[in-house]
This record gives sequence, structure tokens and C-alpha cells, in this order.
Amino acid sequence: MAKLNLIQAITDGLRTALRDDPRVLVFGEDVGVNGGVFRATDGLQEEFGAVRVVDTPLAESAIIGAAVGLAVSGMRPVPEMQFAGFIYPAMEQIVSHAARVRMRSQGRFSCPMVIRAPYGGGIRAPELHGDSPEAFFVHQPGIKVVCPSNPYDAKGLLLAAIEDPDPVLFLEPMRIYRAFRDEVPAERYTVEIGKSRTVRAGKDLSLFAWGTMLRVSLEAAAQAAERGWDVEVIDLRTLNPLDREGIAASVRRTGRALIVHEAPKTAGLGAEILSLINEEALLYLEAPVGRVCGYDVPQPLFALEDLHAPDAKRIMHGIEKVMNF
Amino acid sequence: MKLKEGDVMEQTQRSGTEGSCSLTDGQLVEMYRQMVLVRHFDRRAVHLQRSGRLGTYAPLEGQEAAQVGCAFALEKKDWLFPTYREHGVSLVHGLPMKTVFLYWNGRPEGCIAPEGVNLFPIAVPIATQLPHAVGAAWAAKLRGEDSIAVGFLGDGATSEGDFHEAMNFAGVMKLPVVFFCQNNGYAISVPLSKQTASETLAEKAAGYGIEGVRVDGNDAVAVHEAMSRAAAKARAGLGPTFLEAVTYRYGPHTTADDHTRYRDEGEVEAWRGKDGLLRLKERLLALGVWSDEQEEDAWREADRVVQTAIEEMAAMPPVDHDRLFDHSYAELPPHLREQREEMRSLYGRGGEEAGWRS
Repeated sequence: MAKLNLIQAITDGLRTALRDDPRVLVFGEDVGVNGGVFRATDGLQEEFGAVRVVDTPLAESAIIGAAVGLAVSGMRPVPEMQFAGFIYPAMEQIVSHAARVRMRSQGRFSCPMVIRAPYGGGIRAPELHGDSPEAFFVHQPGIKVVCPSNPYDAKGLLLAAIEDPDPVLFLEPMRIYRAFRDEVPAERYTVEIGKSRTVRAGKDLSLFAWGTMLRVSLEAAAQAAERGWDVEVIDLRTLNPLDREGIAASVRRTGRALIVHEAPKTAGLGAEILSLINEEALLYLEAPVGRVCGYDVPQPLFALEDLHAPDAKRIMHGIEKVMNF
Repeated sequence: MKLKEGDVMEQTQRSGTEGSCSLTDGQLVEMYRQMVLVRHFDRRAVHLQRSGRLGTYAPLEGQEAAQVGCAFALEKKDWLFPTYREHGVSLVHGLPMKTVFLYWNGRPEGCIAPEGVNLFPIAVPIATQLPHAVGAAWAAKLRGEDSIAVGFLGDGATSEGDFHEAMNFAGVMKLPVVFFCQNNGYAISVPLSKQTASETLAEKAAGYGIEGVRVDGNDAVAVHEAMSRAAAKARAGLGPTFLEAVTYRYGPHTTADDHTRYRDEGEVEAWRGKDGLLRLKERLLALGVWSDEQEEDAWREADRVVQTAIEEMAAMPPVDHDRLFDHSYAELPPHLREQREEMRSLYGRGGEEAGWRS
């Protein structure tokens, strides 16, 4: 089995999809000749040709709008948004169309497409290259949102998303694109959409995170262990639909919960998870559910980005508050 | 006047001593000195990035004639709406160089154009600043002011919806705005031939009923003349202009990009032969207003100015942590005050309290 980093696993997943399914098309800004600004599509145009791996004009709305037309016409488009912070011109096409085609046509048409978008800060990039906009899209019924935190899940979730009959936003944690390697099978496999994964089992507190925040959460869990607190860390992997049963079962076991995300706190996904816990596990709680999130300010320029995103210290502070309640 | 591709190339091959010019010899000299300054700034910025003292940076080398030629046609009162590559035009319009360095160092202080410098903050998302230029021009018209707004864009931006909406809006409302497009041939890796099927960008203006002008963007004098005409027209209430300055960036899109993946060195070298600085210098020499001593002095002075700005940047204390929250609202709401308190308790105040960088 090859050891791949997260971005290589994505390239491998795209290659697998292009090889196995002639309906799959990969397109976007700089994805062809250049192989993507992060090299996610490196070598794919050479291998599959410029008809299937396509450099488009600089037009996010048209990229996603065309993907809707392609999907409705039986293709499997996998468009790339160069950064999640550049997805906003395509909001109309995602919210008004991709997410509604199935219902609007009462099931006659569907919109199976996968929008790939690198998200999150931490790479000292310019403004709008570090946004974490998952909550906007989780809020929109009709589209699924997934977010891997490791190479194995990246390939498996990507292939599951491409097989999925509905539109999927696939958020890629760019700060860990090349952070570490995992064993990634060369063959096709999928990771089920809608299922979380317990990364570290524990009995005192359930910590929910995804994407960029997984590694810092594990660091914090290790620090907590030194204090005698056994933290369970759960990687949600799919943000919509949430793994309601997985989340509730863990909280019922531990009686305490903390949600960690890089996006701003107010109306972030943490609020939804907190509500879910109230609905499913309120009477098991021994402390108010905590949230450790990005502060409620626009994503800053990079000199302040490390201060904005939760780190192990802030997560540990959050764990302390819940444990010491 | 619309120039087709052939015309531009033909004009480009001329020495740059022809063509009408409303600038005095003294102004031409000053324009050249500014172009030297902008080029030197740009090269130093790239080096600073390579040595880890600056974040990702968007170089402009090759586009100095377009930017400085444009800036020289504007008045202090005019409002500029730049992209991330407008360091040249911004410096000439009055933005302190230290500020430009701070911006590319990821610091919020780099977003502050001083009072009196009519420059909007850099718009990173492509073409999104163009409707703002339209709105500012609309405001100038409503207030009866004779300032104009200039929306800057590149070739790739002409594919975005905001570009078309802004152009149409400006045409319908006959606003005092100029769309200044630097067509440098590439949107990151994507060449113009994959960006548009139209022969020129200038001809797109016709669809909105506004004048489209194509100019050799490596001829600072020609750019200045075209921009002066467009600005005068806007000031006179005669409506918007789209100006396409055909130019080239010698370097990558940003320092995070490897441009050898999508274009060959021969192409870059060919454009260096049409360099804007060389051509203006030839013109100055032909006019008898330039010498080797002045050339040396221009670069020496540029180095002094750039070095001073770099030292000012380096002398800054670490960023003040409160700046994460400052200006998120006119008045910080209670929940943000709480979050700021938590931040201070976890990470301290930053700034001078955190000590100076070694």
C-alpha cells in the first residue's frame, strides 16, 4: 500500500474516478496544464486529456452553473473552487439550483456533482484564502457537505461523494494537505457519507471536530490525559447529514461534550451539534456543552490567523471549563 | 480607437519616441523615475518573500508602464479600486511603501491608506471591486463632484459576472468611471486564448454601449494619453471607458506559483525586449533629457526609498492582538468583548508587550 499525503490521496481519488467512470469530468481554474494551484490535479490532464480535465475561464458562477447542466445531462462533474473563500460568486448556482434541482423537478432531474474546495487558514496566504464557510452550505437543504481530516478518508469520501446521487461539497483542509502520510489503498474504496469516526476513545468528554481541527484536538486530548481526563475525539467527517446517532451515543457515554471548529462561533456548525445533543442526550449531560471556535470576526490577514483559529491551548481551556463545571 | 493585435505589436516594436505626448520633459523624467522605483520595489518584495520576510506576494514586473502611465493621468481626488497587483499605481497615487510591505506581511496595518489617499483596500476576489468603482462614480455624479473612479482589473476578470454587471451598469447610468484592464496574457496559468473567444478585450465594451480602447501597455506615454482622454471624458460627464492595456508579467502570478509549468522562457524573454522601462528610457535619451548619471541616480534613490520602507516594516513590533477584533463593528458587541477578553487571557496583548522581533 502506498503512503500518501492528503492531497496525493485526493489526486489518487480523482484518477480512480476518471479511470472508472467515463462520465466524470474535472474542471476549474488552473486545474489542467498547471495541475491545480495546490497540485491536486497534477498529471491528470496528461493522463486523461484536455477534454476530461479542463481549464475553464475565471468564472466561479459559470463553473458551478455549467456543472449543474452537465449533471442534469448525465455527466458526473467534479468542479474545483480554487479556494473556499472564492466560492461566493457561485452561491447562487449552489443554493438556488444545485441544491434544488431534484425537488424542483420532482425527482425527474438530479444533480450529482462534487464541488471540491480547499478551506481553512494556516498557510500564510492572502485574504479570502483562509475562510471556513461550511455552515453556509450545511444550512442549505439539498446539498451534502463532507470534510476529510486524513489521506485515507480523503480518497474514500471523495469516491463516495462522486458516487452519491446528490450534490456534495467536498471541503479540503489545505493546511494539512502535506502534513502527514497514511496508508492509502491503490484500489477503489469508499468511506460512507454520514458516518463519524472515533479517532481516540475516551470516557470523560466527547470532543467533536473535523478537517483542519482534528490534529490540534488530538494534541489537546493528549494534554488533557496528563491531567487525568480521558477525552474521546470524534472526527465527524460528514457535516451534512450529521451522524446523529454517533454523536448522541458518545455523549450518552461520556456525559460531557465539546465542539471545535475553525469557523466563527455564532451560528456555526457547533450550534447545530449542540442542539442535536440537547435533543438526543440532554439528560445524560453533567456539564453545559462547550464550543471552541474561531472568533466572531472576519478571517484576518495571516499575521493574526494563528490567533483566530483554535489551537491546542484554547481547546485545552475549553476542556477545562467543561470538566471543571 | 480600437487596435487589433497586429497594431499593438507594430506599435510595440517602435522605439517609443513617436506618438503624441502631453507630458513635459520633466514629467516624463519623473514618470520614468517612478517606474524605476516600482520595479525596484517589486524585485525587493520578491526577494523578501523568498527569504521568508514577506508572505505570498503578487509581482508586477513588466507592468510598470501600464500602472505608472495610468497613475500619472489621474488626480489626487480620483478614487481607485485596485486588485492585489496594483502596487505601482497605488504607490504613485500616494500609498506609503511601508504600508504595501505590511499588507504582504499579513498585517492589518497594511490595509490603511492614509486620509487623503483615495484608494480603496485591495479586493482579492476577482472583478468584485468593479461594481464598487461604479457606485463611487455614481456618488461623485450625485454630489456634483468632478472626481472619477477607476476600477482596475486583469484579463481573467473579464470572465467574471461582476465585470459584465459593472460595465453594463456604468453604461446605462453614464457614470464617470474608467475600467482599467491590464491584459498581461495570463490568469495564473490560463492564457487569454482559453479565457475569451473574442479577439480583443476592448471590443467587449461595445456590448455595453461604452467605448473600448486598446493601448500598448508597455508604452507608458501611450497609456498616459489613453487614460488622460478617458479620465477627461468621464470628468466631463460623457460616460465610462474600458481601457485595455496590453502588457505582460515577467514573473509568476504570485510567489506561490511556478510559471515555468505553463509558459516557456522564450515568451518571457521576447516580452522583456519590449520592456516599458527600456522604451521610456530610449525616449528620454532621444529627447536629450537623460544620462547615465541620472540613470544611476534613479536606481540609487529607488534603493534608498525601498530600503527605508523595509526597515520601517522590520521595526514594527509584533502585531497587537486586539487588532483581530478592532473594526469588526463600529462598536464591539458584548459577545465580541467577551471573546476579546478570552483571547487576551490566553494569548496576551501582543504588540510591544510581546517584545520586539529579533
